[in-house]
Amino acid sequence: MHILVLLKMVPDVVEDLEIAPDGKALDLEYLRMILSESDDHALEQALLLKERHGGKVTVLALDAPEVDDALFTAVAKGADRVVKVVGMDAGSTTRQAASALAQVIQKETGLMPADLVLTGVQAIDDLDGLIAPLVAHELGLPYLGIVTRVSLDAPGQSVQAIKEYPGGVHGEFEVKLPAVLGMQAAEKPPRYVPVAKVRTAMKSQKIDCTLVPTLADGGWLAIDVVEMKRNEPAGHAEMLEGDPDQVSGKLCGILAERGLVA
Amino acid sequence: MTGNVWVVAEQWRGHLSEITYETLALGREVADGLGVPLTAVLAGSGIQELAQTLGCADSVLYVDHPLLAEPIPELCAEALAQLIEARKPCALLVPLTNVSLGVGTLVATRLGNSAVNFCKDIQIVDGKLRAICVMYGGKIEAAVEPAGGLAIVGVWPGARPADKGRSERSPSIEEATVTLEDTRVRLKRYIDPEAGDVDLTKQDVLVAVGRGIQSRDNIALAEELAHALGGEVAGSRPVIDQGWLPLSRQVGKSGLAVKPKLYVALGISGAPEHIEGMKDSALIVAVNSDAGAPIFNVAHYGIVGDVLETLPALTEAIAARKTAGHHA
Repeated sequence: MHILVLLKMVPDVVEDLEIAPDGKALDLEYLRMILSESDDHALEQALLLKERHGGKVTVLALDAPEVDDALFTAVAKGADRVVKVVGMDAGSTTRQAASALAQVIQKETGLMPADLVLTGVQAIDDLDGLIAPLVAHELGLPYLGIVTRVSLDAPGQSVQAIKEYPGGVHGEFEVKLPAVLGMQAAEKPPRYVPVAKVRTAMKSQKIDCTLVPTLADGGWLAIDVVEMKRNEPAGHAEMLEGDPDQVSGKLCGILAERGLVA
Repeated sequence: MTGNVWVVAEQWRGHLSEITYETLALGREVADGLGVPLTAVLAGSGIQELAQTLGCADSVLYVDHPLLAEPIPELCAEALAQLIEARKPCALLVPLTNVSLGVGTLVATRLGNSAVNFCKDIQIVDGKLRAICVMYGGKIEAAVEPAGGLAIVGVWPGARPADKGRSERSPSIEEATVTLEDTRVRLKRYIDPEAGDVDLTKQDVLVAVGRGIQSRDNIALAEELAHALGGEVAGSRPVIDQGWLPLSRQVGKSGLAVKPKLYVALGISGAPEHIEGMKDSALIVAVNSDAGAPIFNVAHYGIVGDVLETLPALTEAIAARKTAGHHA
């Protein structure tokens, strides 16, 4: 079984996000990039399937700050090959990224055939669409999103995928292979890998680089970001200030007034 | 602009979702702002009678097809694409829920169109549609103009109150047909959740923990506060994914939607997926170390501070007041 995993780097929102001088994008200079959380789950699910059924996991990512770390970490966790697409404009949209990935998947030696393409269900910057359905459409493959478990039904034929619905309800789906799945979560939390193992991966494995293909005009007009600003939360909540005991006392009074503390 | 504004009326397992009415209320404003009619588009199997409750729209267009019995994104998207090609609306609003996620993207790519995701509000500026989008986990707001032609916009839950989208009016109802082929994705069955130890939706007080609780061991601190307040502990997605709390305690888009009298959010940043499940709580208190956390957008009272320091202090203050109350 060959599983292709698509990884994407996104800004770490724990850090303060600065707006670029043009007021229409994030200031890339101040961003700390991390692996998109649901992509980490996609990788974990791929590794679990490989451990269970054998086969190969290939990881594909667009170039971005810190992406090498993410790719070597993937190797340390058990990925067999890592491929980086270089030459993409910083600030490309999700639609452009998906188009580039789909073309690389079709052209780069050894990426196809794949039984499964796994990626995160959604990234925090997917302003003009989601990677999984976009790539599925370009590759002509079936798609299912918000998946939390994948098991092999009939090797080479289909997988059983569990999708989340509201209210704790799950749907059990049969998906014909090859397919693209948008992972919400792997069946287990992503594994931890020690830094020493990542360093070993850096020495023993290389990242294959491939140049971004000249993107054919997709025929669509790009959306236009008119303005971007920080979502200032101060406007809504009344903030309680002081040390833990002081704020607790204030809050306790508020709750008592409303009859919420007996 | 010509062409109607369309809203996808999301139905699942025979019922219209709350977000259908929320999105209709937003769609109504957009249609009125543009001076065009509003159409609700309903796709499914045996769903005709649901159309009656969509009177917030001027008209309902429905498709009844056995292959649309369950929400398979690529089939829903194909049906919508065919309707759009035949009738040329100016905008399509698609709910962003676990039922409809991916449909907007698929319709866009099938039609060679662009799409806008993560929308919480739509304004009309110079006769054009402008989507206000919440991205980066709720930290950034982007004003986006869809490209010319059809505007496909994915709308978060909570854009408008659902009650604004309910109407006693009878819309004009029309059936349309589409041609669909069987797909490679098939729903075998639904798995309903096993009853948990408690039903969160019936609690008056919920103490919810997020990533900021840091470890499984610290959940006990939240349990103590919940106990002092006479409530139960709930969790956001990361806490459930880590296995620190069972799935039956999850609040948010994949978990439960709760409306307690008091919701205490501890170390929860407030991504839209979580807000969806608790925004209608009567009183929301949030504690977070990040003053910029979007949870403070929906909270009534906020405390910027270390959850692990605030939690025991709060539990103690409440216990002390209760003791004092009993002696009074």
